[in-house]
Amino acid sequence: MTRHQKEIIIKNVFFILSLVSILILGLIVVFLFREGLPLFREVSLRDFIFGMEWYPTYSPPSYGIWPLIVGSLIVTILSSLIAVPLGVLAAVYISEIAPPAIKEVLKAIIELLAGLPSVVLGFFGMVIIAPWLQETFDLPTGLNIVNASVILAIMAVPTISSISEDALYAVPNEFKEASYALGATKFETITRIIIPSALSGISTAVILGMARAIGETMVVLMVAGGAAALPESIFDSVRPMPASIAAEMGEAPFRSGHYHALFATGIVLFLMTLAFNLIADYISQKFKEVGSATL
Amino acid sequence: MTGQTVSGNMKRRYLKQHLFFGAVRLSAIILTLALGGILFYILANGIQVISWEFLTAPPTDSMTKGGIMPAILGTLYLTIGAITVALPLGVVAAIYLTEYAKQGKIVRAIRVGVNCLAGVPSVVFGLFGLGFFVVFLKFGSSILAGALTLGILILPTIIGAAEEALKGVPQTFREASLALGVSKWLTIWKIVLPNALPGILTGSILGIGRAAGETAPIMFTAAAFFTAKLPGSIFDEVMALPYHVYVLATAGTHIEETRPIQYGTVLVLVVLVLGIDLIAIVIRSYMRRNKRW
Repeated sequence: MTRHQKEIIIKNVFFILSLVSILILGLIVVFLFREGLPLFREVSLRDFIFGMEWYPTYSPPSYGIWPLIVGSLIVTILSSLIAVPLGVLAAVYISEIAPPAIKEVLKAIIELLAGLPSVVLGFFGMVIIAPWLQETFDLPTGLNIVNASVILAIMAVPTISSISEDALYAVPNEFKEASYALGATKFETITRIIIPSALSGISTAVILGMARAIGETMVVLMVAGGAAALPESIFDSVRPMPASIAAEMGEAPFRSGHYHALFATGIVLFLMTLAFNLIADYISQKFKEVGSATL
Repeated sequence: MTGQTVSGNMKRRYLKQHLFFGAVRLSAIILTLALGGILFYILANGIQVISWEFLTAPPTDSMTKGGIMPAILGTLYLTIGAITVALPLGVVAAIYLTEYAKQGKIVRAIRVGVNCLAGVPSVVFGLFGLGFFVVFLKFGSSILAGALTLGILILPTIIGAAEEALKGVPQTFREASLALGVSKWLTIWKIVLPNALPGILTGSILGIGRAAGETAPIMFTAAAFFTAKLPGSIFDEVMALPYHVYVLATAGTHIEETRPIQYGTVLVLVVLVLGIDLIAIVIRSYMRRNKRW
């Protein structure tokens, strides 16, 4: 075997192995559908998505996941309302304002926050935030939308702030210099020049942060309360999709309607996060910052 | 315009700036307090439970007493398994993407694939692991199925970190080697990889931390509520720290009674995961300061 042939073989082997990620993504789709689609022999897609009643163990069972979808969306939106300002401001602080020493420490703090296992945050929500909420607002339970949103926000902040920070960092220095040269203050430069220039990156960060929150399982499983009904206030319990899957899969008889329904819920969840990711990818490609050369 | 209104205007502009900077600093303080508060609380409640016996004994009296040794061991097995799967695959994919691939449709597709894989919810990985490894490949609920599921979960992390590290090796290193007549593969093997190694290492350590802390992917693929014996092969179920916390805190009739064990287990898990992350962070900042190029 010549040296050239060997090189080609290595290159091709590496190429094939680098396709593994796509292969896995494909397998995920195949196996979710394989275990989830049989549900639709029993229930129509419309009744599944928009059905108001999730009683998978009743007889006859009803598999409507609308309350689950609404639960997922509410905790995601509410947690974004907390996490987006917090994450973006922290990113601005790190990239534009903080002295180098504080910057390093804060980056480490955010990274450690990202590293906290979700079950630990869920536990914290159960034993600390829940009793506190219950007492302060005189509620029947502290395991509710507010609690889940606060904890999810803690999980989404690192994603939002680290990606935003990269975007802010990539804004060419010339932009800032031009702004200062016109007599703008640092605040004006940040809010009117730097943040608008980095907006596509920040949007990507926000979308990925939301994707993180909607797919997060242990937190909503432990602190969202688990009521599969449409909530009337933010102090009501909900049962977001991941919580339902994680809580019930252990008890659902193998390949029963319930089992298929949980996989079908997984399909919905997967497609939602996939959409979030593809949108984020599209934005970051379309509005790629190309630096000062485009001036 | 008189001098006075100009300075009044300036004052207003600086006032806005002060308010904004205040908000920005506040956000940093909130994040610091959140991390500090959580860690302090866990440490304060967990430390009194930690003893040699807690770390080395199995649970007794239907898990209301005793230690958590099987769960520590189970997490160790699962994590080692996951990194064994993900590290080689991830590094090879990163080498292809940075060293071989020409920018084009296929590379773009691979990148999108990696990004989407990174965004898949952990519980969906659990479902996939159940459908594919446990049911289809008939591994059953086992260390093997759990480790493979965790392995593909951390694959995007490893690929990203390895790519970053490989890109950090200066182009001139490769050119110098190629100019000496060294083949492309040998250049990668002898020049690029050794220089990228610390970066790859940091990424894998972060991946290990992630794998050790995940619960949802192992719930249906590997984790057991309680095992009487330690696992004898990779086809056995195991106990795991995150799952142990979840089970004790939410299921069963002894939730209040086992609170101390829960705190202790949470503390062990946090020390393990954040300890791993901290090692990675320290290595990285050390590397940045002592960069040779």
